[in-house]
Formats: sequence, C-alpha cells, structure tokens
Amino acid sequence: MSTSTESTNPGGRRRADRAAAPTATGSSAAGPGNTPLLELRNVGITFKTTTGDVEAVKETNITVMPGETVAIVGESGSGKSTSALAAMGLLPENGRISEGQVFFHGEDITHPSRKRLIALRGSEIGMVPQDPMSNLNPVWKIGFQVRETLKANGLPHADKDVVQALKDAGLSDGERRMNQYPHEFSGGMRQRALIAIGLACNPRLLIADEPTSALDVTVQKQILNHLEKLTKEKGTSVLLITHDLGLAAERADRVVVMQKGRVVESGPAQALLQNPKHPYTQQLVRAVPSLTPEDIGAADEGDAAQEIVQIKELVKEYKIRGSWGRSTQFRAVDEVSFTIRKGHTTAIVGESGSGKSTIAKMLLGLEDITSGTIHVDGKDISTFSNKEWFGFRRRVQPIFQNPYGSLDPMRSVFRSIEEPLRVHKVGDAKSRKEKVYDLLDRVALPRQLGDRYPNELSGGQRQRVAIARALALDPEIVVCDEAVSALDVLVQDQVLKLLGQLQEDLGLTYLFITHDLAVVREIAHDVCVMESGKLVEVGSVEQVFENPRQDYTRRLLDAIPGKDLLEV
Amino acid sequence: MAWYLVTRLLQMIPVFFGAIFIVYFLMFATSGDPTAALCGDRGCTPATKAALEAQYNLDQPFFLQFLLYLKGVFTLDLGNNFSGRPILSVIAETFPNTVKLALIAIVFEAVVGVTLGLIAGLKKGTWIDSSLLFMSLLLISVPVFVLGFVAQFVIGIKLGWTSPTVGAGAPIQDLLLPGMVLGAISLAYVVRLTRNSVAETKTADHVRTATAKGLTPGRVRNAHVLRNSMIPVVTYMGADLGALMGGAILTESIFNVNGIGYQLYRSINMGDGAMVVSLVTLIVIVFVIANLLVDLLYAVLDPRIRYA
Repeated sequence: MSTSTESTNPGGRRRADRAAAPTATGSSAAGPGNTPLLELRNVGITFKTTTGDVEAVKETNITVMPGETVAIVGESGSGKSTSALAAMGLLPENGRISEGQVFFHGEDITHPSRKRLIALRGSEIGMVPQDPMSNLNPVWKIGFQVRETLKANGLPHADKDVVQALKDAGLSDGERRMNQYPHEFSGGMRQRALIAIGLACNPRLLIADEPTSALDVTVQKQILNHLEKLTKEKGTSVLLITHDLGLAAERADRVVVMQKGRVVESGPAQALLQNPKHPYTQQLVRAVPSLTPEDIGAADEGDAAQEIVQIKELVKEYKIRGSWGRSTQFRAVDEVSFTIRKGHTTAIVGESGSGKSTIAKMLLGLEDITSGTIHVDGKDISTFSNKEWFGFRRRVQPIFQNPYGSLDPMRSVFRSIEEPLRVHKVGDAKSRKEKVYDLLDRVALPRQLGDRYPNELSGGQRQRVAIARALALDPEIVVCDEAVSALDVLVQDQVLKLLGQLQEDLGLTYLFITHDLAVVREIAHDVCVMESGKLVEVGSVEQVFENPRQDYTRRLLDAIPGKDLLEV
Repeated sequence: MAWYLVTRLLQMIPVFFGAIFIVYFLMFATSGDPTAALCGDRGCTPATKAALEAQYNLDQPFFLQFLLYLKGVFTLDLGNNFSGRPILSVIAETFPNTVKLALIAIVFEAVVGVTLGLIAGLKKGTWIDSSLLFMSLLLISVPVFVLGFVAQFVIGIKLGWTSPTVGAGAPIQDLLLPGMVLGAISLAYVVRLTRNSVAETKTADHVRTATAKGLTPGRVRNAHVLRNSMIPVVTYMGADLGALMGGAILTESIFNVNGIGYQLYRSINMGDGAMVVSLVTLIVIVFVIANLLVDLLYAVLDPRIRYA
C-alpha cells in the first residue's frame, strides 16, 4: 500500500498543492501511469441562496482510479455528497460548479452538454442513493423502474433482462419481485432494487451515497458485501460516501476526509486510520464507537443495585386487517421478561421490527399491554388510575430518535423545556425559569439559546434540548429510543458522554433502545438482544460482547462496520 | 377492494335518507303557505286551496308528508311540481344539460389547468411562473357573474364567435362558452395546486434517482413528476365535479341554460317543496358518487393506497 497523501489540502498550502495534486495521483491499486477514471480538480461548488452565494465546496481534489474504491468521509454538511453528485450533474437547481474541473476518463465533464450528460448517466456513471425509502418512485412497479433504466441506456430490456438485473443485486425470485411496488419491499430489498438500477447498465463508476445508513447492521453488511462482490467482478470503480469512518476504512482502498467543504486529509484507508494527521481526522477516529471501546456509563457495582423495573412475560399483539374485514393477530412482543437495575443502563438491541420500541412504549404507557406485567418499584403499571399515570410520568421520561420531529417547531427552546414543569405545576414562574437555565447548563447549552426556535438549532443541539426537557421533572428512569441514531458520529459521541455524565451525577436509570451495537458497548451495563419479538439473550455487556451465546447475537456483532480494524 | 366498495355503497344509504329528511324538513319549516305562490296576487278560493293542499299532501302532518314523499321516491313517481309537470320529466329534461355543462367545465379545467400548472411548477421562480400565478389570482378574484357577462358580451355579442345564449336542446357548441366560464375559477385553483405539487415533486429524491438513470428530461417529467403530482389535484377536481353540477345556478341563468341549477333557483322562489327536495337529493347523490370515484381513482394513481 502506498502511503502517499495525495490531494491532501490543509488550509495553508493550497497554492502549491493546486499544481501538484493532479500529477501526484498515485494509487497502488491501479499504478501511477493510468488515467484516473474520475478526477475532481480544485473543484468549488456554489449555491445561490436568498442571502447571497454560498460556497459549499472549496478547492476539492478527489481522484478515483479504475477499479478502485474511494470513500469520502465527513459529517453532514461537509460537502461530501455535493462533490460526488456534481460529477453527475445532479446538483440542485441553485447549485453549480463555480471553480475547477471535473474529468471523467480524461474527458472534461465540468459543464457537459445536456446530451452528453444524459449519455453519461446510467451507462457510464451509476448511482446508488442514500435513502431507500424515498428514492424509488412509489407509484411504479419495481420492474418498470429497472426496465426504464435499461431502455434509456439502449440495452435489451425484456422481462428476463430485468429479472437478471434484480438477481445480480441479490433479489432472487425476480419474476415476482418485478411486479411488486416499492411499498411491498423491506428497506433492504429496496436498497437492493436501487443497486440493481445503479449497476444495471454496467457503469464504469458507481457513486454510492450512504448506501446503507438507513438499514439494520446485519442487512447493511449483506448489502455491502454484495456490492463489493459485484463491483469487483465487473471492475467497477466505487465512490463511496459515508459518515461512518469504520465502514469507510473497511470497504475502501483510499479514504478522503472532508470537513466544511474542504478535503482535510486523504490516503490509504489503513494508514489514515492508524495514523491520522489532521486534527479533525484524529477527532473522527477517536469518536468512532466501534474503534474505541471505552465505558462511559457510571461505574458498575455488581448486582448490589436494586431492581427498579421488573418485566414479566410481556406480550403485545396487534390486529392486522385482512381482506373482507377479517383480522389476524400479530405478536410484536412475545413473552419477554427482564429487569432493569437502578442507576444502570439497560440496552435493548435488535433489528427494526424486533419489538424493542414496543417494549419502551408499553413502559411509558403509550401502548396497552396485551398480557404480562411491568412492575416499577413493585407497582404494577397496568393497574394505574389516570391520576397515578400522571404522577408516574414524572418519574419516567422519554428521549426519542428524531430530534427534528420531537420538538414543537412553534415553541422556543425555553418553552419546550418549561412545559413539563407547567403541566405538573412545579414551582412558580421564577423558580421554573431558574430550573430551565440550570437544565441548559447541565446539557452544556448556552442560556441565550432559550429564546431560539428548533429550526435555528443543529441536530446535536436539538437532542440536547430534548434531553433537558426529559430531565426537567427530575425523572428516575429515562427511556432513550434510538436517541443518538440520527446524529453524526462526533455529535453522537458528545451526547453519549453527556448521558454518561448525567447518570453519574443524578443516578439516572436508562433504558436504551438501539440497533447500534457499538453504542451499546460504550454506554450499557446490561444488554437484552431481541429477535422478532422474542428475547434471545440477556446479560452484562461484557458477557454478551465477549462471549455471545446465540448465533443471532454473534451475527449482529460481526456486522458492526470496522470491527476488525483495531485488531489488524 | 370489493369489501371496500360494498361498505362505501352501504354508507350512501344513511347519507341519502339523511339528506332527503333535512332538506324536506327545511322546506317545510321555512316556506310559508306554498299554495299562495300558486294562486298569484288575487288569491284562491278556500275550495281551490283545499284541493291544491290535498293534491300535494299539504293537509297531512309533516311525518306523513315525508313518508308519502319517500314512497314516491321508491315508486319513481315523484308527483308533479307546482307548474303541473311531472318532476321526473323535468329532471330528465334538465339534468343532461347540467351534466354536459359540468363535463365541459371539468375537461377544460383539467386539460388547461394541469398543463399551465405543470409549466409553472417546472419553471418555479421564473417570470412565467409569476405571470401564471398572477393570472390565476386575477381569475379567482373576479366574481363568476362578472366573468360570465363579460365573456357573453365580448365573445358572444361583439366578436360573434358563439351564440350568446344557449338554444333549445343545449347543443354542445352553445355550451362551450358557459362551460369555460363555469370552470374558470376552478381552473385557477387547479393551476395553483398543480404548480405547488409539481414544484415539490420535482425536488423529490426519486426524481433525482430517475435523472441519474440517464432518462431524458421529458421522460422524467412525464413518468415521474406529473403522475406523482396528480393526487391532490384529482381530489380537488372530484369534489369540484359535484360543486359544478349543483352550483351552476349563476352560469345557467346568464347563458339561459335549462339545467338543474336554474330549476332549483326557480323552485326555491316558488316554495315548490317536492321539486326542491328532489333536485337537492339528486345533487347529493352526484356528490357522493363523485367522491367515491375520486377515492377509487386514488388507488389507481397511488398503489400504496389499498382498500381493505
């Protein structure tokens, strides 16, 4: 592996690099003599906004050699997707390449003609987009959407060709699948359909924009393996865009790190991970949970702690409407029993649909219990009167996944945090104000933020507000339902540390629902693993991670991206 | 699907009876002495009045009147109106005219409205978009009778392109102008709805993916933007079809169309209860069926909607 850090572009030495970068593109995979397949040379991308032009990407150099996989890593807003999409002419209407040049196999495609662009798309450069839920047209059958790709690029598009494309992407049973609509597919299947579309015309370059970040970790692994196999077979170059450094390092030959629209560091994946030079990359490497197994929860004093929640043979059934008004029962939670220790963090992990959130909702009293019991402090919550529920809700507070959706956009931060205090008639206006400021201090937000509205905050700030609101009533138990899943890795790290600190200071008990095992390792004391409604494994975090008893748990653990990198 | 259709049709029964009852009750409660209108300024002799009351069941208590009317509905014998003509034959004569008029209006607003809305949505933020929005706003703000009289005067009389009024039998060429006037305001709403919907859809992720496949812009527009944008527009037009059939009173009066709106207006003035109730019930049925058709059309446009 070459250790060259070509196209590194840290702040000061830009001028010198500008001339040097194009010639310095060397990659051990392809040899220095070859023409790069894709080359962004000093590219700047500008967006026209109502408040003037914004330069989202500056002086960016990215090179992809034939057959090579290059990953661009960075947090949201770092310009990683924008740079890649610009190469396909897919910038939003108000965006344009304002500087530099883009070359595709030696051809300048910075500002191609419309005709050339249409010819390039699909057959030369394919795309696998980020969100499988929103990237297939809901009103057309899957087969139609694959077929029109083949047709538009002048390839044979009979039924058997469509079936073959689906099969290549790992969707067997293509004859049936092609007649289904996207909403009849699971997330993983949709992503496979999108891969089928992206690779249908055998493009020389595939731009994969966070192809798996919306998927469960086991599905993610399957899909990435499959994508890797396909592109290796076909010799396709891949430009992989991801926020997950572990995943990038595992899958790519070279990694490009972007921050605030600039490339801050790039180089071979292993070298970059083991010896990050730029402070931002160092920060990223430290923040990847799977790469730094450190316990940030409160110290574990063994079994001495009191059991605050006891869940026994808990069952939740939903009615599913069938045809002609008949209904069938669906068991979302199937005889689950476990306990939660006071002052500790219990994590429930599992894939989507495993029933983990349903348990949290029943504990919060947001769903009725079909059978079984939940005892909190020895009291059965299903026997609560409305008044008892009101009191109980002070003691058990939730933090939800989506920080954009769980704050009322019409209320200021101050009012959002103050609301539970008003509802429960705690103190007077003055003491409430003090309490809110105190909470803002605790979650490390400046006090003047209280006057702002949610749309003026970043994702991490919003989640801090949600935490402050959850803590307003001094609860004993906090239910975190995927509370950090929507956050960038650095922000996620900060929020996890904050939660750990709060637990230490206030003796909080957490029930942590997540699909991310790396996060579990970092924060949890006890782990419950769920698979399709059943609890398959319970134990302390050490037991489960070091010595998993169930195949399913092992599969989940194996699927964590970048897991093996530390051991290399 | 079949089950859904059955339940929806069953739901029509209470709506049907409820509407008849409410309208019947309102007519009964509001109109003073219906026979007074029949007899004109000079008044009738008590004997004539009694005979008239017997003929129209006006001497019976309210509920019996209502039941007798219902019986008429089911035996398809609605009786005569105050001019002495069978109500059914009046409906048979006027309803087709209204249907023709409403269909012209809806086709006009669908074809022209969706086209203009699509152009505005695709060109959002340009002068084309702004001028189309301005024109639609202008159209919305002008009362329909002003629009009707101006169109009648300019196109029918000054330019002489069409007949200013609709002749006997309401031939299609005479109905074109009134149809367009009737559909004009809805057209403005359709332009705006389509424009917003298209502008939103064209920035959707799946449209970007379609572009990335290498499709031509025309194909992206027709297959991926237009169809997905039609759902709110179809909802609006479905509700509007009902409104166009019942609410064409002004347009029908201006252009002298012998339709049910015009008949309804006359019957209300005369206090002709049986006639009013029959016409309103007809309009209610049209509304309910139009809504059902819209709901079924949803499933065609958006396969995610399945009725169970």
